[in-house]
Amino acid sequence: MPPARKRKIRLIVALSAAVLLACALVVTSLGASSEAVTPSDLATARAGVAYQLTGKVQAGSVRATDSGVDFRVRDRNGTTTVPVTYSGAVPDPFRDGREVIVTVRKQRDTFVGEPNSLITKCPSKFTEDATRRS
Amino acid sequence: MATVGRALLILALAVAAYGIFASIYGARSGRPDWVVSGRRAVYAIAALVTGAFAILEVAFLRSDFTFATVAAHSSTTTPTFYRAAAAWSSQEGSLLLWLWLLSLWASLVLFLTRRTLRRVAPYATAVLLGFAAFFTGLLVFLETPFGLSAVVPLEGNGLNPLLRHPSMTIHPPMLYSGYTLFAIPFAFAVGALITRQVGAADWIRSTRRFALAAWFFLGIGILLGARWSYAELGWGGYWAWDPVENASLLPWLTGTAFLHSLMLQEKRGMLKIWNVSLVLATGILAVLGTFLVRSGILDSIHAFGASTLGVPFVILIGLLVASSIGLVVWRREALRSENKLDSPLSREAIFLANNLVLVAMAFIVFWGTFWPLIAEAITGTRRALGPPWFDRYTVPLAIVLVLLSGIGPVIAWRRATPSNARRNFLVPGLVALGAGALLAAFGAADKPLALAMFVCGAFVVGSVGQEFWRGVGVRRAMTGQGPLGALVSLVARNRRRYGGYLVHVGMAVLFIGVAASTAFNAARDIRMAPGQSVRVGGYDFTYVKPTSAISTTSSGELEKISFGAVVDVRRDGTKITTLRPERGYFPSLDGEGLGAIGRFFEGEATSEIGLKAGMRRDLWTAMTPDIRGLLPTIREGDRVFKAAGGKLSPEVQARALGAALTGLVNRYVTDPPPATFRIITSPLVTWIWLGAIVVFIGALIAMWPGGDAARRRVRAGYAARVAQDLAREDLARV
Amino acid sequence: MEVGSLLIIVVVLCAVVALLYGPLRTRGAAVRDESADRIAELEARKEAKYREIRDAEMDMRTGKLSDQDFRILDRQLRAEAMEILRALDEEAPDAGGDHRLG
Repeated sequence: MPPARKRKIRLIVALSAAVLLACALVVTSLGASSEAVTPSDLATARAGVAYQLTGKVQAGSVRATDSGVDFRVRDRNGTTTVPVTYSGAVPDPFRDGREVIVTVRKQRDTFVGEPNSLITKCPSKFTEDATRRS
Repeated sequence: MATVGRALLILALAVAAYGIFASIYGARSGRPDWVVSGRRAVYAIAALVTGAFAILEVAFLRSDFTFATVAAHSSTTTPTFYRAAAAWSSQEGSLLLWLWLLSLWASLVLFLTRRTLRRVAPYATAVLLGFAAFFTGLLVFLETPFGLSAVVPLEGNGLNPLLRHPSMTIHPPMLYSGYTLFAIPFAFAVGALITRQVGAADWIRSTRRFALAAWFFLGIGILLGARWSYAELGWGGYWAWDPVENASLLPWLTGTAFLHSLMLQEKRGMLKIWNVSLVLATGILAVLGTFLVRSGILDSIHAFGASTLGVPFVILIGLLVASSIGLVVWRREALRSENKLDSPLSREAIFLANNLVLVAMAFIVFWGTFWPLIAEAITGTRRALGPPWFDRYTVPLAIVLVLLSGIGPVIAWRRATPSNARRNFLVPGLVALGAGALLAAFGAADKPLALAMFVCGAFVVGSVGQEFWRGVGVRRAMTGQGPLGALVSLVARNRRRYGGYLVHVGMAVLFIGVAASTAFNAARDIRMAPGQSVRVGGYDFTYVKPTSAISTTSSGELEKISFGAVVDVRRDGTKITTLRPERGYFPSLDGEGLGAIGRFFEGEATSEIGLKAGMRRDLWTAMTPDIRGLLPTIREGDRVFKAAGGKLSPEVQARALGAALTGLVNRYVTDPPPATFRIITSPLVTWIWLGAIVVFIGALIAMWPGGDAARRRVRAGYAARVAQDLAREDLARV
Repeated sequence: MEVGSLLIIVVVLCAVVALLYGPLRTRGAAVRDESADRIAELEARKEAKYREIRDAEMDMRTGKLSDQDFRILDRQLRAEAMEILRALDEEAPDAGGDHRLG
């Protein structure tokens, strides 16, 4: 077989393999990932399904419990809030108004946070906080 | 001086634009005077940006609050060392740091290569100036570090206490050095493509040096981040597959692949397209990493809400990707391979496999990091992948990578034969199997992946050990030196090889540490009252008693309140150590609406980790005190202070506050509530840090330049001259 | 803008212009030295080839290359090195004496 033809066949095989792998990757990723939602999205949440919730901690809603903390998460730019019950160690930067990411599952009226899934974003140094001076 | 700072940056932008023109004009018209002028533009920018950076630093050190950024990120109570570092804790400051490092490294490189790479350098200069222009443009038009405070405050916000740790202050400069250094091989690759020099030995040699330096600094930056996460944050881990962590790992992975495949190109003229694509991709990934932190497109512990910089960065990256692909396609004729693979059992094949594994890992990490965006594009909803997904795919790949790094050094080039395979693999193979059997007997078989990593790591140690052993033997036979002298001269004369071997051993040790600490750790979150005990990982942790303290700064200001615990650790009755975890509460500086005492609990909180590190295992604990019981007292105190408000002089008020706080912290000790502890025992964590140190020592050895070789040409036959040159002592140039 | 700042800016501006204009004053002086480029490339290739020869010897001594394979490889690499030296001599006929690597 002439080398040019061989090269072409190799290229086609490689590309096909790549396409197949990409499809496999997409399928497994869809299965393994959880939906990223905001509090307003959780209005239609299904019980028992894991969601990755992002939002701000509602000011004044933080209550320490024996095992962790209860709080409400608010839309970043909005007013919808949802309650979250979280057990486990609470990250250092966690407080009112901070942006958090937590994996939750709906359980009756509240959302239960998966242990160790609570991430609090480092206090924003990259927005207009700097201009807010006393 | 802020105006001077702004003017310097504006001037730098103009100089960058000029330099791009001068370099390209000089290259195309064959006028070296214009090329030199273009190169000087880089030096000029380095000088100007150094001036601007110095102005900013001085403003921070003097706590000059007329600078808005100083007021926002520092305070008079911030210790001097951290005040200096606060300069780059802000968006604009970190951009300036990036630009400064880029201009310094670019100046150094262009100065060192001013007499070589004459065809490539002008285009490389233009590309580097392009990057400089982009960042200067951002600093001049969008995010200025020299903005003035509308109202000059008496006190600044202070540096976030989470960042008051030595690792955290050095982490950005190291990371940015890595990122900016990767811009240099990128620029030289673009230049080499344009001038068809990708096959040139000169280009290969220079590019390898830049890439190795970049790899070195980026690696240190990544490691410092992991160490900080482990030793400072309250979760006890060192890697979370957070998007910004991943972003710094991506160019490091492709950079590692490039360093290896470049060797193949150098030796056999193979893989030119692959190499140039890798180095271009690495540069783009470095810019991408810089961009991810500031863009807000991904949810991460580091990423923030949408900022103004997202759009310019996307445009830049799009431009870089398009032009890279275009360049490679345009010059594909010049990139044809000179040789093919002789045998699948050869060092060439192992290098290829290593590259494939590294690129596969990079692809997995890239995919997982950007999956939220990909999923949104495919399904319309954002979805997120967690650490388990990353682990599932990267762990097996890492095991294969470690195995390859053990095979590579000992397998022959071109074609491995059964006899030399027997000679070279017997000892390492035995070491690996022996270690595996031993560890399995001790229970490691419960975690097969960890066991596989241990076996492969042992194989690497075995094969590298064998290499050193044989090499020392050879040196001794040649020179009659003692073993230590032979070792030193062996490494000194073969820096790249033995430095590289050290890097492999270091990585194996690091991965063994990762495998052990992940698979065999024991962790517990538990609420304990003083006197209670818990058993974790075979150790007994006893909450002996609470501690509390008020910290003041050197000038007498109240800095923070700490509540802590004394924890005794015993094993089978014998005391091992005492840990003192703490939680520090820094007062909120918001001022408005917060009580005099309450504001201490509305500001930042940091954890001091109780850590006892050891060669065999680490004992780690963090605690969160339950201050709910103190809240009524705090609120009462706030009420009292508010009522007394204007009636007391500042000194009396300060003393009263001090007394109130002292009473509060004493109350915590005398009437302590239970506290929540996170306790972790993990084996071999220290091996991670030690392995990394070995990696960096190996890299330094590999990078170390050789002495200047003064050679005398002798009028003799060429064969004799080759023999003579080779016989000289100092041919150990990189 | 205060006078001090303005003065600094002007001084810096002059310095930068002087720095950038300097090389251009020697207008049309040098055409790019093609020969120097070729020499630099050949020197780099020579170094790389020498390293290969030494690495091959090291591989042989530590058992990764059989004696026979080494002999063939060594001969080939030395022949390539000689080619490079020959090309170097054509570019810069030796005047004897010290030759320093730049």
